Amino acid sequence: MNALIWIVGGVLLLLALGWAFRFAAQKLTGNKPYFRDMPLGVAFGYVFAAAALLFSVWYFFQPQAVNDIPQPGVIFFRWAVIGLLGFAAASWLFRTVFRNVGSEGSKKLFRSMPLTAAFGIMIIIAYAFVSIFAGFIAPYGQEEILGSANVVAGGNPALGGNPEFPLGTDQIGRDILSRLIYGAQNTVGIAFVTTCLAFLLGGTLGFLAAVLGGWLDQLLSRMVDALMAIPSLIFSLLLMTIATAWAGSEAWLVTVYMIFIIAVIDSTRVFRLSRAVGQSIVVMDYIEAAKLRGEGMGYLIFREILPNALAPLLAEFGLRFCFVFLTIASLSFLGVGIQPPKADWGTMVRDLSQFINFAAFAPNVAVTPLLAAGAIALLTVAVNFVVDWMLHKSSGLKE
Amino acid sequence: MAGLAKIILQRLLLGIATLFAVSIIIFVAVNALPGDFAQSILGQGATPESVAAIREQLGLNEGPVTRYLKWLVAAIQGDLGVPMSQALFQSFTGSSTGGDVITVFEQIVPRLKNTLFLAGVSAAISVPLAVTLGILTALYRNTAFDKAMNVTTLSAISSPEFFLAYILILFLAVLNPVFPSLSNIFPGMEFSDRLNKTMLPALTLTLAVTAQMMRMTRAAIINLLASPYIEMARLKGLSPMRVIVKHALPNALAPIITVVALNLAYLVTGVVVVEVVFVYPGIGQLFVDSVKIRDIPVVQACCLIFAAVYILLNLTADILSIISNPRLRHPK
Repeated sequence: MNALIWIVGGVLLLLALGWAFRFAAQKLTGNKPYFRDMPLGVAFGYVFAAAALLFSVWYFFQPQAVNDIPQPGVIFFRWAVIGLLGFAAASWLFRTVFRNVGSEGSKKLFRSMPLTAAFGIMIIIAYAFVSIFAGFIAPYGQEEILGSANVVAGGNPALGGNPEFPLGTDQIGRDILSRLIYGAQNTVGIAFVTTCLAFLLGGTLGFLAAVLGGWLDQLLSRMVDALMAIPSLIFSLLLMTIATAWAGSEAWLVTVYMIFIIAVIDSTRVFRLSRAVGQSIVVMDYIEAAKLRGEGMGYLIFREILPNALAPLLAEFGLRFCFVFLTIASLSFLGVGIQPPKADWGTMVRDLSQFINFAAFAPNVAVTPLLAAGAIALLTVAVNFVVDWMLHKSSGLKE
Repeated sequence: MAGLAKIILQRLLLGIATLFAVSIIIFVAVNALPGDFAQSILGQGATPESVAAIREQLGLNEGPVTRYLKWLVAAIQGDLGVPMSQALFQSFTGSSTGGDVITVFEQIVPRLKNTLFLAGVSAAISVPLAVTLGILTALYRNTAFDKAMNVTTLSAISSPEFFLAYILILFLAVLNPVFPSLSNIFPGMEFSDRLNKTMLPALTLTLAVTAQMMRMTRAAIINLLASPYIEMARLKGLSPMRVIVKHALPNALAPIITVVALNLAYLVTGVVVVEVVFVYPGIGQLFVDSVKIRDIPVVQACCLIFAAVYILLNLTADILSIISNPRLRHPK
């Protein structure tokens, strides 16, 4: 109840301040139209934003520890702000560099790019680099059990850290930094392979259905309709039950089955898109010409339809990759996805999740599960930013 | 109106046909299990006699078509069988305890109610929030407010649910104990207490679906802003807020209703991960637990229920969009 009174009082105070701000601005600027016609809601928005900014700056500079007791709220807030500003600065730098370096085309591309898209491209490149060269970057092996378990992140011996393990070790003494790096290889790599498989399957069948039409088209479309009527996460969980039974004690087989299961489930969405795109291309004159030339089915699909359908399929590839990646992470988080001892982010989040309860007195301990979950979120956010920008650019939306 | 009833009837029949197809898919998938169902109930050390007995008891000796029809008829009547864990228990004690056995149906119903409660709470928060924010972002499009909301919602859509859940736990349960991080709901709880314990999972789901609905609302309204009648309203001198709420919103309602229904469908199925994080006793939690111990009857039943709800809500979206759009209501 008390909190409610505070909230209502705060809103009323901000409203009053907003009114005062508008009034003062009208007087000072001699009734400029912008301030004269400003609704109270907009004035409230400005005052609210200013108050939030002031509060953030004030909170940022609060002491991190009072009487040697760490203030977790302040510490987490500082990390969040530093992270946000750091990423923004890095992507601005990235964009500035590529505005001046590279070919004319890429320079032009970067000149019109919003900061979010630059951030996305930078993150995707970084993830690709880390997942390809994981073996060279990681200080330890992913399955290597080192001497000390439960080392706290941060590398400060006074807080239970160890400079040899900058992000600490987990319950059975594996280096978390190494596992995060290998996780990039396993999780991202498997998601990438799965998406490619889904596109190969769904794309081929979709184009075939578009070119041939008739009963094949009907059959495939009705099958896809039925498959899409089951929510995908539920369906993949059902099939994973069966897959684990098939795999028996061979953990790696579960992963292989998972790749195929998710690829098939996701290929239904690809099928829909590629069939629709293919159908609009098949009626074109140049397809007719190719058919009259006596070209075969393979030539029609790969040399005539595919190049013309590439742009929408590429945007779809980004979105599909996000879905597949999130599905795999969720399955692993639920314990039926990528199997240990392979390092994987979803599994890491689940295994380390109890540490979050220590946040109130040891912020360094609580940060490890969030790092793994954040690694997943960062990549999907990055891909989504890039896809959003691509769609916005191709649709030519101005308003 | 006869035309409308006919269209709705058509859609309903189509939905039932889809559900029928889905039940076949589920049945076929479950029957792809290696070895024998009776064998997997009894485990490795079973004698051939007991396997044969169980086979007889479960009717596994009949052909797949007969078994499918029997299962389907029983499922329609609400008889979803006995959980394997219960069957296992029976075979260990060597007695058919009769009355003590909890059927799948009895196990699922209270959990389904919990899940629907959770989905209902998050819908009650997210739908008004999403529509309001959608209108505001459409009104103040291309301002700093709009761009900030765009980045925030895009991040919320693309983050995995468990990440959002742990962030909320960190800030609202551990650092500032406002809501409990474990949702131990039990029957006979007071409503306010129950609401309090459902709040964190509901907020997580809200974060996940509000973004999508808000973006669709914004897009639907902005799509209309180029229409001549909006131009007219502007030239009349109406305020931007009035133009959007009185003139654009009613026409944007159809796509908004559709996206709301679709997101409710997502809510009911997207609960799985959230329920596991918060140990919320809903059907998603039951489903994941059953998947882990391979309790086939429960997995089968949960899958069927999820699919049924999903199809039903999609159907509702379909019918509502037909009703709210005159051009679809009177097809040529």
